[in-house]
Amino acid sequence: MLEIENLTRRFAGPGGRTVLDGLSLAVEAGSIVAIVGESGAGKSTLLNLIAALDVPDGGRIALDGVAVSALDEAARTAWRRDHLGFIFQAFHVLPHLSLRQNVALPLWLQGGDDATHAAAADRMLARVGLAGREDSRPAELSGGELQRVAIARALVHRPRLVLADEPTGNLDPSRAGQILALLRAQVVEAGAIGLLVTHSLEAARTADRILRLADGRLAAAP
Amino acid sequence: MALPPLTPVFVGSLWRRRTASALSVLAIALGVALGLAVQIINGAALDEFDRGMRVVAGEADLQVLGPGSGFDDSLFETLALHPLVAAASPVVEITARRIDGAGELRILGIDILRVVAVNPKLIPVPADGADGDARFAAFRQDALFPSPALQQALGVVPGEHVLVAAGQGRARLEVAGGLPGMAGERVAVMDIHAVQTGFGMAARLTRVDLRLRDGVGSDAAREALVSLLPPGVRLGAPDESAARAASLSRAYRVNLTMLAVIALVTGGFLVFSTQALSVARRQTEFAFLRAIGLDRATLMRWILAEGLVLGAVGGALGCALGYGFAALVFSLLGGDLGAGYFDGTEPSIYIAPVASLAFVSLGVAAGLLGSWAPARAAARIAPALALKGATLVGAAHHPGHAVAALVCFAAAGLAAALPPVDGIPVAGYAAIALILAGGVLALGGLSAWLAARMPARHVATRLASARLQAMPGHVVVAAAGVMASAALAVAMAIMVASFRDSVDQWLDRVLPAALYLRAAESDQAAYLDPATQRRIAAIEGVSAVDFLRYDTIRLGADGGAVTLIARPVSDDGRELPLVGAARPVAQPVWISEALADRLGVGTGDALEIPLAGALHAFTVAGVWRDYARQTGALVLPLARYRQLTGDARANNAALHLALETDAATVAGRIRAHFGAERFELSAPDEIRRISLRIFDRTFAVTYLLEAAAVAIGLAGIAASFAAMAAARRKEFGMLRHLGLSRRQVGAMIAAEGGLTAAAGAVGGSGLGFAIALVLVEVVNRQSFHWSMDYRIPLLPIGVFLTALTVLAAVAAVLAGRHAMGGSAVRAVSEDW
Ligand SMILES: Nc1ncnc2c1ncn2[C@@H]1O[C@H](COP(=O)(O)OP(=O)(O)O)[C@@H](O)[C@H]1O
Ligand SMILES: [Mg+2]
Repeated sequence: MLEIENLTRRFAGPGGRTVLDGLSLAVEAGSIVAIVGESGAGKSTLLNLIAALDVPDGGRIALDGVAVSALDEAARTAWRRDHLGFIFQAFHVLPHLSLRQNVALPLWLQGGDDATHAAAADRMLARVGLAGREDSRPAELSGGELQRVAIARALVHRPRLVLADEPTGNLDPSRAGQILALLRAQVVEAGAIGLLVTHSLEAARTADRILRLADGRLAAAP
Repeated sequence: MALPPLTPVFVGSLWRRRTASALSVLAIALGVALGLAVQIINGAALDEFDRGMRVVAGEADLQVLGPGSGFDDSLFETLALHPLVAAASPVVEITARRIDGAGELRILGIDILRVVAVNPKLIPVPADGADGDARFAAFRQDALFPSPALQQALGVVPGEHVLVAAGQGRARLEVAGGLPGMAGERVAVMDIHAVQTGFGMAARLTRVDLRLRDGVGSDAAREALVSLLPPGVRLGAPDESAARAASLSRAYRVNLTMLAVIALVTGGFLVFSTQALSVARRQTEFAFLRAIGLDRATLMRWILAEGLVLGAVGGALGCALGYGFAALVFSLLGGDLGAGYFDGTEPSIYIAPVASLAFVSLGVAAGLLGSWAPARAAARIAPALALKGATLVGAAHHPGHAVAALVCFAAAGLAAALPPVDGIPVAGYAAIALILAGGVLALGGLSAWLAARMPARHVATRLASARLQAMPGHVVVAAAGVMASAALAVAMAIMVASFRDSVDQWLDRVLPAALYLRAAESDQAAYLDPATQRRIAAIEGVSAVDFLRYDTIRLGADGGAVTLIARPVSDDGRELPLVGAARPVAQPVWISEALADRLGVGTGDALEIPLAGALHAFTVAGVWRDYARQTGALVLPLARYRQLTGDARANNAALHLALETDAATVAGRIRAHFGAERFELSAPDEIRRISLRIFDRTFAVTYLLEAAAVAIGLAGIAASFAAMAAARRKEFGMLRHLGLSRRQVGAMIAAEGGLTAAAGAVGGSGLGFAIALVLVEVVNRQSFHWSMDYRIPLLPIGVFLTALTVLAAVAAVLAGRHAMGGSAVRAVSEDW
């Protein structure tokens, strides 16, 4: 359960403004919420705050009852490692690692046995439709396939929360549909919480709920 | 002239990455400056030496050259009366040790009336104030006419006196005037008769300068005259002695040129690093240019042009630095960088257009060659892929590289076995180049191999290891400069250590006695007659004496000067620093390595030696190591020498002392007995200390320059990592998202940097061992004609390599620091 209450973020300096202004949100486990909004509305700012990469000026973020905003730097890093999965618009798959290694990366961070990690990564790759490609290098893959690898990487360590920022921004519409369906299926199956940020209403429709970010707050989209 | 329209796109990029460009330029400039300075310095000194020799020979068409002990002066009459000879001028050349001060005087005894017709520059000019009739001053038996340079070196003016060791005693010579024709040369003339009687050269000549009749060719004259000469006396053209001096100092130049090569090669690799990284970073830009119609060849030419600019700027800067450096060294050390080959000449700096052009071209070549591979990689970029973003230029490892590396190493082995060309170890240098090339080709594979063996328990080292294994090409880019500089620094260290160690051991072998007494070295200016020898042996505390007789004889087809040393030797030559097998023979002679090389003879071969005007048959009983006389030397048993020549005099004595005395006491007794200045007395410790100090001073400058080259190599690693880190901001940002702490990202970069540097250092030292072998066994052997024992100074090299690796890791972390700061977390967010 992700709970956000009264979240505020202001940017100082010239042209600075209040990007998030008393924003609140609650998401149940096993569901995906899509957030849409104009460019510059504050979607990425919101994700940064939830991911504990940025500190809010006011308000509270809690995952399963743990207040993230109260953690210090080291604890936040550890928290991200254990509880978050990320999917980026530009994939950010490491070119020098094999697909298996890329997917196993979050497991490496948690320590433990290599063989177990590899087996978990292979299972995850199979679930996103890349069975048999474990030893390939990212350079051999198409954009859609790269995003599948990213989804596998985001879920391999069974995170509580998966954050996806424009995951289909670099993909053509038919590919995008498949990827979003896959993402949704995987998040639901893992019983995690999904937050999908996009400016495309079409992409947003794959989510359980669609919210629009405007004037620093979230409102149900029409 | 208008620049081509694309200039800002390409050459402008050099300015955008100016730190990296500056480093490349600096390294090239250092190499060019060093190489050029060595040439200028050496060239100027040689030039002066050459001119000195020509002036001494003057208008002479031919010279008749005899041994240092001279030939019978009746030969002069025969030559002077020969129908092909227009004029002849007899010369007795000696070197006298100064007693009332430091230094030596090269004195030519001349016949004033005859020198005028052959060599007017040797005409002495009496000082105005000279006593008596100035015109006859030149005939006075104590009149010395030093050249201006020698007057300055001795600190004397006309009217003053100089005390020198002469024959059995000493001579007090008056500076009666000057020798204006020999301005730059440190030499003096005296009346020939005065030199003959005063310096133990009665009825002897060492040289006759000949002027041939008009229309007589020197080849024809040689043919006609050669049969008149007794064994051991040669005919030569006046410039041959200059050629020999050139080959002497060339040997010393070898090491300095090596250092210039270090800097140039490092510079070339730096150009390679910066160009490769820059090409990788600009690939989208290139793809775009290709998409709008720029063809492959033009793109490649443009990137080569960038390298050309780097090389040309470095070359020009190096040229200026080279002249400045040469001028500085000249004013501080003299023409041989303190090594002592050109004592007696006063060179001045000069402009060397050919050498300058050659070294600037080498700089440009370093820039061009360094850009070659990156330019090809750029030309091969597939525009469609690169526009999408994610290809990595030159990152992958080609299996073919390992094969090519092996081919290079094998070719190097073959080249090392080839003989020198015209006395220059060309193939040896080629072998060194091939070893370096093979090393660069093998570097990627080596780093991948090392990376696979790195303990990968932590995620940081694991990521670093994966990256280095997958992208060995990046290691090559970053570490090639370090590898090259480490290889050459290690090679130089081994070579110098081997040399020093061998010289040390050699000094041990050649200085077995407790005290050395020197009347004169290899010249006839002073000697010990049999009576004096008996008196020395009778000094209290002296248990045994070995007397040594020196002469300079002429041997071999080229008639080159060879030092003859007659001394007591056992049948097996065990007193000598022999190399290889020796064998007992009937009429033994032991020859130095240089002489063995020059004559092409070895143990067991026959050798005819001219002694006292007759040829005598000897057999080479062994070859010995001689670090003192590069033109060659031979040792004969003293008794045999005396028997064949009837010459019972000696020049030096090695004194063995009774147990209860010490060297200082005996030296005191000798001084009391013979007078304080009669002999030079030295203890072996002192000789050894001075020799090693000179050695260390000579090579000190090399360490400094090596350090500079290594520093530039390190800066290259830092520059490479800074560029790579900037390109990898997104990767670092993503890793931070996944939960890597800043410290872990730092550890990853450090591991990559350390491993990269370790690959460079380990590979470099491996190459260094091989290059040192080539330097010791091929390059030094062929240019110096002496061998040395290969010795690896393990501790210093170990410390050096460890420090290099740590420094490189630190440099990599510092370079990557700005890329993994707080903002790096937002690096990925650019897409959000
Ligand atoms: N670090 C920052 N400093 C100042 N302004 C910022 C910063 N990050 C974001 N902003 C501003 O906040 C607003 C929201 O940005 P962002 O969250 O990236 O929007 P988007 O909804 O397009 O993802 C923009 O106007 C942006 O300029
Ligand atoms: Mg955004």
